[in-house]
Amino acid sequence: MRRLASLVMIPIFGVIFAGCASSDDTTTSLRIAATSSLTEVFNDVGEQFMQANPDITIAFNFASSSDLALQISQGLPADVFASADVKNMAKVTDAGLLLGQSVAFTTNSLEIVVEKGNPLFIDSLAQLADPSLLFVTCPIEVPIGGYTAEVLRNAGVTVTPASLEENVKGILTKVALGEADAGIVYRTDILAAGNSVTGVPIADNVNVTTKYLVGALRDSQNQDASQRFIIFLSSEQGQKIFSQFGFGPA
Amino acid sequence: MTRQRSRQSSLPWPMLALAGVSVAFFTLPFAGLIWRAPWSKVTDILSEKSVGTALWLSLETSLITALISCIFGVPLAWLLARVNFPGRSFVRALATLSMVLPPVVGGVALFFSFGRRGLFGQYLNDWFGIRLPFTTAGVVIAQCFVAMPFLVLTVEAAIRQLDSRYEDAARTLGASRLYVFRRITLPSIKPALVAGMALAWARALGEFGATITFAGNLPGTTQTMPLATYLALESDPEAALILSMLMITVSFVVLVGLRDRWLGHQRNDLVS
Repeated sequence: MRRLASLVMIPIFGVIFAGCASSDDTTTSLRIAATSSLTEVFNDVGEQFMQANPDITIAFNFASSSDLALQISQGLPADVFASADVKNMAKVTDAGLLLGQSVAFTTNSLEIVVEKGNPLFIDSLAQLADPSLLFVTCPIEVPIGGYTAEVLRNAGVTVTPASLEENVKGILTKVALGEADAGIVYRTDILAAGNSVTGVPIADNVNVTTKYLVGALRDSQNQDASQRFIIFLSSEQGQKIFSQFGFGPA
Repeated sequence: MTRQRSRQSSLPWPMLALAGVSVAFFTLPFAGLIWRAPWSKVTDILSEKSVGTALWLSLETSLITALISCIFGVPLAWLLARVNFPGRSFVRALATLSMVLPPVVGGVALFFSFGRRGLFGQYLNDWFGIRLPFTTAGVVIAQCFVAMPFLVLTVEAAIRQLDSRYEDAARTLGASRLYVFRRITLPSIKPALVAGMALAWARALGEFGATITFAGNLPGTTQTMPLATYLALESDPEAALILSMLMITVSFVVLVGLRDRWLGHQRNDLVS
């Protein structure tokens, strides 16, 4: 249902953006569709980018990578797409909607998220197999669900999930409210959640490194600005912001 | 619900034109769905066991919701329509608030009240060992929260429109308030009650946000059709289209059937 609403909104945003572009010829409005797991870090990246490039203003559109991949295929007006995984970027690339190749610009890893203070003293993946423990994850189609399955497989642990949430935020909310006991999310989500939840590290030999990809969309009229943004992500200044938020180098 | 017979010939053309736009507006999205649906794969998709499980769970929970809404909603509607008590408009606003609340927020609010750590839920959990989130009962709670106001509003409007003199006459003849309600109010509002139940049922059948937030999503336990459909959009958009078509068909048949069986029949009685 939410998706239908956003499809309705697309033409409306299109009109708004078109209005911005025509009213002011000196600045370019760059529309960036990005996975919601980049929300906090991209807001900082955007600010610093606009300081360095006063002729460009950035408008972010944050949603799950799979939502965005679908919306882009339905004509979402955007200049740049940043995906949390290879699979959803491939959907856009395979549909011929990308100009050139996508590039990896940062990485992330996973951590067990538990209720604040870790009341159940969870310190290993093996404990997640306890059937009385309320473990929540996402369907394997959602990037975090696929990664979670991979980590559990690496560790040889079988879990019985209480729920398959629609996205990472669903897992975090349920654990933060104390309604679920544990989940597996991105390390950066736990950092961003502050002290509302507690993170339990996953051993390096079973953990996965997840790749974030970015690409310029073919139908964009702002290819120059798009390229400047993509280059900024991999620049020294850009990479510094990512590491501040707990992301790893590409 | 008007009792006046509408005459087509007297309808002014601007009204007809605008009504035509409305019809097109409601029809076109479905036309779009029908146009894009991969009809050749219908049997493959519908024969998947997971589809049957989700459909059955949806029918089961939405019907229970309609029933519960009726049991608790009709007395509430009667209270709001017939009993003058201080704070009545406040109570009415409260009872219909969930209609304007984003369902996802409604789901979080349910956590705060009925969740394992919620205001009441913690006692349910500690004293009785009852846990609502991630259970089928949780799905019904989420659906009731969102769907019951539709029944309450429909039935309240019907009770208000009733000529209260019949009820008053029965009262002066010595009938108790409960007896009057059972023998006079209830039979008179039957069409509205059926319409209200149908609305609540349809709303419950399509409920998504409060359900996925409060009850979660697990096939066989809490994954209703809207959840299965939404999540199929991620992996298999074609299956999602077929699932939506299935849900639309089921509710369309029931809604049309109900109207002909109950409302059409009753309205003719009133007019003739």
